[in-house]
Amino acid sequence: MMNSQITELLLTGIGETFYMVVVSTVIAYLLGIPLGVVLYITDTNGICRNRIVNLITGFIINVVRSIPFLILLVAILPFTRAIVGTTIGSTATIVPLVVAAAPFVARMVESSLKEVDLGVIEAAKVFGSSTWQIITKVLLPEAKPSLLVGGTIAFATILGYSAMAGFVGGGGLGAIAVNYGYYRYQSDVMLITVALLIIIVQVFQEAGIRLVNKIDKRIR
Amino acid sequence: MIRLEHVERTFSGKQGTVAAVKDVSLEIQKGEIFGIIGFSGAGKSTLVRCINLLERPTGGAVYFQDKDLTRMSEKELRHYRQHIGMIFQQFNLLAQRTVLDNVTFPLEIAGVPKKKARIRARELLEIVELSDKEKSYPAQLSGGQKQRVAIARALATSPEVLLCDEATSALDPITTKSILSLLKEINKSLGVTIVVITHEMKVVEQICDRVAVMNQGIVEEQATVQDFFLNPKSQTGKKLIRSTGEEQGSELDQDYIRLVFDGQSSSEPILADLILTSGERLNLLGANTEDIGGSAYGQIMIEKPSEEALRKIRMYLEEHKISYEEVNNDE
Repeated sequence: MMNSQITELLLTGIGETFYMVVVSTVIAYLLGIPLGVVLYITDTNGICRNRIVNLITGFIINVVRSIPFLILLVAILPFTRAIVGTTIGSTATIVPLVVAAAPFVARMVESSLKEVDLGVIEAAKVFGSSTWQIITKVLLPEAKPSLLVGGTIAFATILGYSAMAGFVGGGGLGAIAVNYGYYRYQSDVMLITVALLIIIVQVFQEAGIRLVNKIDKRIR
Repeated sequence: MIRLEHVERTFSGKQGTVAAVKDVSLEIQKGEIFGIIGFSGAGKSTLVRCINLLERPTGGAVYFQDKDLTRMSEKELRHYRQHIGMIFQQFNLLAQRTVLDNVTFPLEIAGVPKKKARIRARELLEIVELSDKEKSYPAQLSGGQKQRVAIARALATSPEVLLCDEATSALDPITTKSILSLLKEINKSLGVTIVVITHEMKVVEQICDRVAVMNQGIVEEQATVQDFFLNPKSQTGKKLIRSTGEEQGSELDQDYIRLVFDGQSSSEPILADLILTSGERLNLLGANTEDIGGSAYGQIMIEKPSEEALRKIRMYLEEHKISYEEVNNDE
């Protein structure tokens, strides 16, 4: 039973999903990149060794990452309300998405940075680079392709989380799948939303990989 | 130019402390090419990293132009590092930057405006003969070309010193030669003092003026390359010199005579003459000679013949002013 009402519903759902996922990914990266850099540079072999900072940052990240997303979603409802003023809808979902994704992104950034050749960092030191210059002119640019691969993975993961948020009043395709497919037994609507989610992940993954191949100068 | 005073570098790990460099004192003169040679694990790389404080010495002092680098603040040190260029075995180029942007990197760090940096970088690419590759990325270059880019990059800030850490060890013999002659040319035309770390005698032979032999963190001897080649004093030095060709370290175990060629005409048929004068069938154990600019450099090792023949050979060699040494292994 595909009528124009359902089509409109799905289009709004796609729009909301994009809004939530894109905004959350961007904010998660704004937080995750500095955190990942801190993890990397304060590590035992890092350029700014600091065991205490490394342990504390790592511990907090591990704690947040260990909490199942649905539980985190509910647990931080007061925090969400304090920030956006409500706990339902797409904008409200962004808060738990960011909280859940930022530590995950931080670990991905850390692992991308670890791929950067230590010799190159040594060379940068030889030319008198400061720690800040090493981070901005060497580490991040050299890790760029790997960071982008991480970005596509993070996007797909956040998309999955956003669908889960549909159970507790979040918006987007996930909410449609839950409300129409699950509660009203309209399995065709559920199937379409799932198919749409698959397509979105596919498109982003493919686009991400193509972009990486284009910008990575190591492969020729 | 550079003076190391009782430099020491120990590493503490799970298996206790290891002294990679123990009490090394060296003085490197302005304008010379100074070699530091030794087998793997001798502490050469750690020592050269102590010169620009990539490794902070755990003892001693490092003077660069009469200033002690070990007493400087991080900021001051960063400034001084711009006077000491360095190239590496693995080139260490920035993979995501073009050749041109790799060469401008140190200038960017030093705060030179982009336009000026590019002009300087192009000058340097011309010196290393890679002007046509400025838009290429490191992955598109051969090993030799990468090292040329690394040399251009190291020279960008017009340093007084260039440190070369096994700079030719990842390259084939022909490329090695061309990189070494480029270094020599840079030393001559730009007056850059060069410190070369290597495990290969031929590198020292081809470009160094003086050499220090390192073993187990200690400098065992220091000499001009000529003196060292004619008459190595330390055990490690002897091992390095007397080993044959590629298999360095594998010493001959019989008695032999080592003839040393240090630049005389290579046209004389010395080996044939020796056989004729001694009247014996001489056994050639190993040879390692090179024709550099029409002169012979290198060595020939001949198994020790009978006393009678030996006497004639000595006479011939002394008459022709060929340096030699008799090595007795049963000593």
